[in-house]
Amino acid sequence: MTQASDTIRQRQIRQGLIMVAPAIAILLLVFAYPIGRAFWLSLFTQNLGTQLEATFSGLSNYQRIVGDGRFWLTLWNTTVFTSLSIVTELIIGMSFALILDQAFRGRGLVRTAALLPWALPTAVMGLAWAWIFNDQFGIANDLLTRLGLISTNITWLGDPTRAMLALIFADVWKTTPFIAILLLAGLQSISGDLYEAHAIDGASPWQSFWQITLPLVAPQMVIALLFRFAQAFGIFDLVQVMTGGGPAGATETVSIYIYATVRRYLDFGYGAALVVVTFLLLILAVAIAAYFLSRTRLNVTGER
Amino acid sequence: MTVAQSPEQSASGLQINWQRLALWIGVLAMVLFCLAPALWQLLTSFKVNEAITAIPNVYFPSPSQLTLDHYLSLGWIFWRYIANSAIVSLLSTVVCLATGAPAAYALARLRIPGERIILVCVLIVSLFPYVLLFLGLLEVVRLFGLGNNYLALIVPYTGINLPLTILVLRSFFQKLPQDLEDSAKVDGYTTAQMLWQIVLPLTIPALVTTGILTFIFAWNEFIFALTFITRDTMKTIPVAVAQIGGASIYEVPYGPIAAATVLGTLPLILLVLCFQRRIVQGITAGAVKG
Repeated sequence: MTQASDTIRQRQIRQGLIMVAPAIAILLLVFAYPIGRAFWLSLFTQNLGTQLEATFSGLSNYQRIVGDGRFWLTLWNTTVFTSLSIVTELIIGMSFALILDQAFRGRGLVRTAALLPWALPTAVMGLAWAWIFNDQFGIANDLLTRLGLISTNITWLGDPTRAMLALIFADVWKTTPFIAILLLAGLQSISGDLYEAHAIDGASPWQSFWQITLPLVAPQMVIALLFRFAQAFGIFDLVQVMTGGGPAGATETVSIYIYATVRRYLDFGYGAALVVVTFLLLILAVAIAAYFLSRTRLNVTGER
Repeated sequence: MTVAQSPEQSASGLQINWQRLALWIGVLAMVLFCLAPALWQLLTSFKVNEAITAIPNVYFPSPSQLTLDHYLSLGWIFWRYIANSAIVSLLSTVVCLATGAPAAYALARLRIPGERIILVCVLIVSLFPYVLLFLGLLEVVRLFGLGNNYLALIVPYTGINLPLTILVLRSFFQKLPQDLEDSAKVDGYTTAQMLWQIVLPLTIPALVTTGILTFIFAWNEFIFALTFITRDTMKTIPVAVAQIGGASIYEVPYGPIAAATVLGTLPLILLVLCFQRRIVQGITAGAVKG
């Protein structure tokens, strides 16, 4: 009996491994190899100076990063972009989710409209946003003029601060739907009884929001923030299309810098070191976030 | 908040009206915010150049200011770009489902060793920015001579979407009644037959959901498409549209860009219109499992 069940079990495992194998192979090729390769290549100098031959140079690439002001600037830019955009997205996304959670006629259509920015290609819509923020003919300047907020056209993408604001605005437009959908799922899982009981206790809707809604959607909020953080930290297409990192590097993010290092300067070894450092910073941030995620789950639902 | 959702007839009519008014203002603002940039591109794509660069802006063009020239100026090559995107996106979706579904089933049912490690890795991997991968992938592409080959896009797109596909399908398989599979085994089905003839038909809704997400991702991806495909006739939509204005900086052809935006995103807009509910399900399921 044990003999027979053992072989059945073994066959099951063998089948299982065969079924997992193709997916694992692709994941290893697409994720593990490039990251592992970056770790290895970061120990070599491979650029035009070495005729693109990889020459072992120890940790010199990392030494170079420490003194590379441009890298630290891009890291700062990325941090500013990421934090401002995900906080704004969270606030607007929460408003969207609260609206979509109400019952009203045409909700399906409104939800479809709210989903659209998420589905459209970032690179293509980046062009649309560049056109909106065009200095001369852009609708942003036109609307602000009509509202009487500005008297002469202002430069958007040519000004360091305003270029960053324009990027954040476009990113908020593009990714708020994602956060709204996740938060909506959280809202819909909250039982209406809780609100009724709370209202009977004399709580205002505002109090209900802070005391029931917010704590109960906290897990979804942390998940949304985690995903968005990782995506925003690696933002490439939007910046590349809208500003190209300009003016004068004011909106250059880490990924734009890595891309330029590899593709324009053909400095593969140093590019690999930049990849490694960015990767480690990201892992660190995600680990911290995951720690908080596990804590909110424990606190809020008291299980898992 | 569900407070407003329950039709409390006892509350005074005036108060409910205020709430309704606020709700509709919110709905209007939301729809406007989400659609405005796309609608502005749509309008730009039909306006003659004089209207595009008119100051102040033309919001309601007269019939004489409308034209189809921008669409015509894109030429036949643009259909080629759309075909390229369609081929790459469809194949990525198919490969992703074909490799992801069996893996998800094995992880849901077959209790293979290292299951937890695989799941945790899959989860972490789904957070990686793609810029960290392109350097290593560039070498793989060169090594296998895959430059200007759709495989150079299909394999990464599959890999990037596998985590979501596996997580969503796995949770779907776990919800299927185990009895079904047990009785199929008793009836003498082999595992392959059982999967193909019994489990797969039941899984179609979940396959459609994850398939659409993969398709949309593949259609929109930029950095790999920009790096691995350099031949003009093989470019996909995002890169092709982004490079329309590349010839001269001083005279950006906003009309053709807008027309290209409209044509190039039409398939996505149709997908969203038809499958709104499923897309929402997919996004939610993918993240909540994560």
